[in-house]
Amino acid sequence: MPRKGILVNRPHERLTREQVELIHQASMQILTEPGLVSFNHEAVDTFHSHGADVETITGDHQGWHVRIPEQLVLKALDSAPKTVKLGARNPDNSLIMRGDEARVYLITGSETNIWLDVDFPVYVNKMDPAKEIRVPEFKPRRGTLADLCQSAHVCEHLETVDGYIRTVNIQDRDITEENKDVNKFFASLNNNTKHFMSGLTSLKQLDNVVRMAELIAGGRKALEDNPIISFITCLVKSPLQFVEDTTDTFIEVCRRGLPIVVSSSPQAGSTAPIKEAGIMAQINAEVSAGITLGQLVKPGTPVLYGSVPVRARMDTLGDSYGSVETSQYNIDCVQMARFYKLPNYSTSGVCDPKIPGQQSSIERLFSDVVVTMSGPQFLHCAFGLLDCNSIFCLLQAVLDDAHFRMIEFFLRQPRIDQPELEAMMKQIQEVVSTPQKLYIRHIRPVLRSGEISGAYPFEGSGEKDDVFELAYERMKELLVRPVQHIDRETTARIFEEIPGILPRLNVYEGRG
Amino acid sequence: MFMKAGVSMSKDIVATIKENVIQGRKTQADTGIDDSFTGTPGVVELVRQALDSNISPHVIISEGMTAGMQVVGERFSTKEYFIPDMLASAEAVGAAMDILKPILESSNVETKGKFAIATVKGDIHDIGKNIVAILLKGAGYEVHDLGIDVPTEKVVEFVQKEKPGYLGLSALLTTTMTEMGVVIKALEESKVRSNVRVLIGGAAVSEGFAQEIGADAHCIDAFDAIKVLERYQ
Repeated sequence: MPRKGILVNRPHERLTREQVELIHQASMQILTEPGLVSFNHEAVDTFHSHGADVETITGDHQGWHVRIPEQLVLKALDSAPKTVKLGARNPDNSLIMRGDEARVYLITGSETNIWLDVDFPVYVNKMDPAKEIRVPEFKPRRGTLADLCQSAHVCEHLETVDGYIRTVNIQDRDITEENKDVNKFFASLNNNTKHFMSGLTSLKQLDNVVRMAELIAGGRKALEDNPIISFITCLVKSPLQFVEDTTDTFIEVCRRGLPIVVSSSPQAGSTAPIKEAGIMAQINAEVSAGITLGQLVKPGTPVLYGSVPVRARMDTLGDSYGSVETSQYNIDCVQMARFYKLPNYSTSGVCDPKIPGQQSSIERLFSDVVVTMSGPQFLHCAFGLLDCNSIFCLLQAVLDDAHFRMIEFFLRQPRIDQPELEAMMKQIQEVVSTPQKLYIRHIRPVLRSGEISGAYPFEGSGEKDDVFELAYERMKELLVRPVQHIDRETTARIFEEIPGILPRLNVYEGRG
Repeated sequence: MFMKAGVSMSKDIVATIKENVIQGRKTQADTGIDDSFTGTPGVVELVRQALDSNISPHVIISEGMTAGMQVVGERFSTKEYFIPDMLASAEAVGAAMDILKPILESSNVETKGKFAIATVKGDIHDIGKNIVAILLKGAGYEVHDLGIDVPTEKVVEFVQKEKPGYLGLSALLTTTMTEMGVVIKALEESKVRSNVRVLIGGAAVSEGFAQEIGADAHCIDAFDAIKVLERYQ
């Protein structure tokens, strides 16, 4: 049985059908004129051999103008699978994503460089030394392999997390470009039984990580049936450019038939028009071009329509994930993907501040609620992420899990039917005839049935705000709860066959 | 007079009463927290069985109901139980007390006391008042609910005639809470103020206000009311 996710009954839509079609038409027009620029020769050859018009660009960097005929794009959008399965080490954690069904799966990520530790030092009031308070103090440092293991471990136990994208870039001294991929894949898969999605640092490691996945899944065919890993590549650099190396990676993953996200992240105001119509026409063209390439490389490649649009900050021209427009763009993209009946990879919850607090809660909760309501299938909802995509805080991830429980509850389908109303009519008649006129005794049959939403789990006592401290306690509880590691025999085979995995990741080493 | 029942039978029934109080099951028709109780006799049926088996009301109350309510209170304080659980248990005990009341009266067993409660004149809010009434009844008090929007004269008249040891006054609104002071003044003028302890409660009132109008205590909620009353026992 796959995970349930959140089935959104009536997805929120911003665009009318006519507006969706207008964006589609504009995108098709963009792909024919001006077309896109590719810095990847193989992509150019692939498009050219299927009828695209190609023109060499002269200059410092070898590149080509590619004008893709509309029919080629339409055929690819049509041939791309409408249902994509993302498997998992524990098959009960697999995700079935249908492009025409608004079932939302909540996924962590993305990779950050900074890991944020938290401590609670005690401060004494100068005027009244008897008065003490504990104040959360956040300390940033570079992320490590051990942090990645911790993050995967805690996310295994966070109930609302449906799948795992690594949250931290491993920057240990003994991690190199050559061994980074095998270590990040093994650390994540060994501490988490949910679906694992990742980008690739080095294309040379693709076959090693695929082999690792085969060993864990039980062979090549087993991995095909239960793809426990998938990939994400930013092959598009906005505006409208195919990057040389990430496009190579994309093509190779497609060849191996594993699920992949075609992701584009234009920034409204700098790498895309600031106006909604402009960024939407452009991102839809960029993603459609990527999907087309994937289907030309290997028809039937399972792809997700990946959209990470964002508005620029006006003060720095950096990303502003916390801006309201960012959520609007994301919801529009969900609609575009649904128009093509393709599963959508969407983004929410990324916020601008550097530490957990009011701004982070407000920004992330706002986008989490509205984007979830639009019904993307794969919602990269940034558990624990801060400072856009730069900082990860495990404490924040624990808080996010509590927020998503509220969202999950809110999006439950209402039960209003004849038998329910008849039962309620009976209850109303019964209670109004009693002297106290209270419905309280009727609460009890539903009190522990899950029909009533729980209290906020980190509620403080009295006027004290204990949220961070209580969430921290929860985080510690989850860290000591065991996870189901890859079994001893498979671990031994992985260490034997896959070069570069650091011995300290072998949980069986030295245990006899 | 009550005869001594077999010790083990007595223990079984009283222990089952205690368990059903913890489950908050007034009658056989009620569901408890634990599904295994479904369809079995509730507190009302069990108290009747206990009386039929000649178990003394004192044992039923102390070892069955009071002991059960003690567990409920503990579970509430550890957040395992919620207010609906407390109320269900208190209602079950209250219903059992209705059965036991005539027997207790005839055998001169004293209750914890007579408690009159009213929402003062001008105020029609009664959720808090009703919860207090249910819980106090469940805690063993003889509760007389005078209702909502109760005129001062009616309160005074009840105190004069029925001589309750305690009077609870409730008000939600800042516009009606002053009526509590009017009631206390009227009790003084009628020379019955010293016969009754006056407890006030409701969202608008405070400890300071209680002192200002000459009330004996301010109760934050129903549980606080029980604690305050225990101090007077």
